[in-house]
Amino acid sequence: MVCWIEVHNLTRSFGPRLALAGVDLAVAAGESVTLVGPNGAGKTTLLRVLATLTRPTGGFVRIAGLDPARAGSEVRRKIGFLSHRTLLYEDLTAEQNLRFYARMYDLAGGDARIAGLLERVGLAARRHDLLRTFSRGMQQRLAVARAVLHRPQVLLLDEPYTGLDPEAALALTGLLAELAGEGCAVLLTTHDLERALAVGQRVAVLARGRVVYDAPGAETDPATFADLYRRLTCAACEDRGTQMHADERG
Amino acid sequence: MGFIRKVWAIVGKDVAAELHTREMVSAMLVFAVLALLIFSFALDLRGTMARAAAPGVLWATVTFAGTLGLSRSLAREQQSGCIDGLLLAPVDRSAIFFGKALGNLLSMAVVEAVLLPLFSALFDVPLLRGGVLVVAALGTVGYAAVGTLLAAIAVNTRAREVMLPILLLPLALPALIAAVQATGGLVEGGGLAEVGGWVRLLVAYDLIVVAVAMVTFGYVVEE
Repeated sequence: MVCWIEVHNLTRSFGPRLALAGVDLAVAAGESVTLVGPNGAGKTTLLRVLATLTRPTGGFVRIAGLDPARAGSEVRRKIGFLSHRTLLYEDLTAEQNLRFYARMYDLAGGDARIAGLLERVGLAARRHDLLRTFSRGMQQRLAVARAVLHRPQVLLLDEPYTGLDPEAALALTGLLAELAGEGCAVLLTTHDLERALAVGQRVAVLARGRVVYDAPGAETDPATFADLYRRLTCAACEDRGTQMHADERG
Repeated sequence: MGFIRKVWAIVGKDVAAELHTREMVSAMLVFAVLALLIFSFALDLRGTMARAAAPGVLWATVTFAGTLGLSRSLAREQQSGCIDGLLLAPVDRSAIFFGKALGNLLSMAVVEAVLLPLFSALFDVPLLRGGVLVVAALGTVGYAAVGTLLAAIAVNTRAREVMLPILLLPLALPALIAAVQATGGLVEGGGLAEVGGWVRLLVAYDLIVVAVAMVTFGYVVEE
């Protein structure tokens, strides 16, 4: 099985604070993995490291078999990234935003791809409208279109369902399944445990900068997952409390 | 070719955004015209006084109007995290620098295209001459290049509106002194050969600033 995302003992610190404390994770081609965890667990940091936007402090990272530190440009071509922010220009129209990114990715046949994606995310009728006239949900839909515009092999999505109405959320789930079916490795974060199990073929729990649970979604009982999640994240909190206490004494 | 295409994509994006909002160049223009009027009232710019003061007034006006645009140009990239969008693209960081710097250069060129004829007409100073235009171009290139680099630094600070001029003006001083001196010599009737030393200084400054910015811009914009 080809792994598009490989992470071993990944660490990232911000001053004295350790945001990632030795993450191990692998996502295969065509696999969809959902990452859940409490606020401050390190989900966004992990995604930003994988997207080459943040340098890791230590550990091993490979994206599509490439080392981002050595082949940054090539790695970035293979990545689609959706962050908390839309990465879109409010002073451009929906179509101008996508056309700009198509140029930045040297996308051949960009116009047809842009038209198809605008149709897909339900914004074809608003293609000539400035982004600042869009609602948060519409901006998020366009941000999804931007992230998948260049047909990435690795898709990193940080809380992609934020602001989406149920219909758009369903469409996004369909799009992600389709991309995974085409061989794209999808890693997404969410706070919605039910959705995490529904969307991900595997679900991983990140707490205190480490993956503390990683299992196939089908093998995870939805009825008990919420309890399990609470226990895992609380145990991590207790660890942190113990560590902080030890640090203070040290 | 890919490099140049991406530089022009960034320039085209900035031009398209400006055409939609018209907020950056219009603010720079209004500021420049107001500054010109204030200088004219404060210094009583007529006759020989106008010739003597013209280079300083012109470059002070261009400098402060340019600072307004530089700050806004990089702030646009911070809006909605767009700078991350640029950094995610498979493009050399220096292409981002050139794209942003060319966009800033274009904005300043538009302001100067209005300012120079207006200045000439109002104060009867011969600014619309080949030599002056060459000096204006060289001075503006250096200022836009160093300004783009420093605006990328300042935009990540809390007091970015204050930080940019504090960082920029000392570093742009060699270019500004050379531009003022060269413009002064040309306004007094000299040719480019007579102000050759200052012109060479401007060319050297431009080359050094562009080279340094190309190398360091990636470090400035990355985390």
